[in-house]
Amino acid sequence: MALSQKTKETLLGPLNANNPVVVQVLGICSALAVTVQLKPALVMGVAVTIIVAMSNVIISLLRNTIPMRIRIIVQLVVVAALVTLVSEVLKAFAYDVAMQLSVYIGLIITNCILMGRLEAFAMTNKPWDSFLDGLGNGLGYAWILIAVAFVRELFGAGTLLGFRIIPESWYVANGGFYENCGMMMMPAMALILVGCIIWAHRSLNKEEK
Amino acid sequence: MNTNSNTYTIVYATVVVIIVAVLLALVSQVLGPRQQANVRLDQQKQILGALKQDISNCADPAALYDSLIKDTIDVNGHPVFVAEIEGDPKFVLKLKGAGLWGGIGGYLALDKDKNTIYGANFNHESETPGLGALIVELPFRQQFEGKHIRNAEGEIVSVAVLKAGTTAEGQEQVDALSGATITSTGVSDMLRTNLSEYADFLNVKSCCGKCCKKQAEGCCQAQEGCAENAEQPECAQPTDTQIVNE
Repeated sequence: MALSQKTKETLLGPLNANNPVVVQVLGICSALAVTVQLKPALVMGVAVTIIVAMSNVIISLLRNTIPMRIRIIVQLVVVAALVTLVSEVLKAFAYDVAMQLSVYIGLIITNCILMGRLEAFAMTNKPWDSFLDGLGNGLGYAWILIAVAFVRELFGAGTLLGFRIIPESWYVANGGFYENCGMMMMPAMALILVGCIIWAHRSLNKEEK
Repeated sequence: MNTNSNTYTIVYATVVVIIVAVLLALVSQVLGPRQQANVRLDQQKQILGALKQDISNCADPAALYDSLIKDTIDVNGHPVFVAEIEGDPKFVLKLKGAGLWGGIGGYLALDKDKNTIYGANFNHESETPGLGALIVELPFRQQFEGKHIRNAEGEIVSVAVLKAGTTAEGQEQVDALSGATITSTGVSDMLRTNLSEYADFLNVKSCCGKCCKKQAEGCCQAQEGCAENAEQPECAQPTDTQIVNE
């Protein structure tokens, strides 16, 4: 499918040039919390993508009927309803994942990216564009989460998605030379990693500005 | 239409809230049974974990659970799951406590002497992955196997979770997790408080004999339907325990 220039920008912009995490610095809180391991980061990324895209569409459909004075409340109700739905569905069909993410699913409601996209985009754009915008922003958020989680799980635990990458025999405990980096397990390390990504991103995109 | 009038705003808010409420109530109703089944299955899997059953390749954990768990006793509102493994009874106690970020829980399986730990399983709501969350992993849980919850005098003293190099007076201990002091202390406290809540059960010597009730509050009450002059079973030493299933 050929995408028009505008569609392309809406969908792909948030992945790089206008990334919600590294450029707009939104959603940092959950980026710290769920990136110790790759699996919760993946599920969180998917859940946020689905919820941003769907709430964007719903708000966009309702945009001409929403009274201005209570628009934030209406947005919040829509987001909260979707988050509750996702949480209920996960509990029914993917109980392990739901338990692992526990409170973070509920905390999607407070993710600034959602309210940001609803306010800045969905309130003034058509449903299809809003859908693409939500998809793009969700994926833009997801890939940062996955990148951070990849580094943290690999160096913090020597595994990826629970599979051992760094051989047991390398460890000091087994007579080797290697030890996991305990710092990677701390939330502060996620902040440092996000900082590094922002740094790399800015220096790569310098000429475009 | 004026979308900014007071009437419109109020009606709009009401309608939105009602639609959302009905939708969520409906979903909750439809998915409820499935979620409860998941919760029940999760509890069964955890109990099987405490009984050292490997369920990673088990197609039907619920059937395994049904085949192992013979009975559930209520002790002052706390459940005891009575299991039978290779002919020996095991008592599984439910644990509940607090970790660093949220609640922790677990199941502790005791041998028939109500002293030796057969197996332990822990769960948590939101401990740090890679640190406190390691309490659910085998290396930590396996440390508990074979430890005794009583001291030499037979008092319930629980098992301490301590930093390697420190020793507890008068009780057995396992190593705490490095980097997760508060979660480890939480496990230690959970074991102590929960075991003391089970004291009524743990301090009753197990019953033996055919014609006796299972030991919930007191020992060896004659079972209903027993002949009055039936031989009253006596309290046996714990080693002679025999669970009466008839």
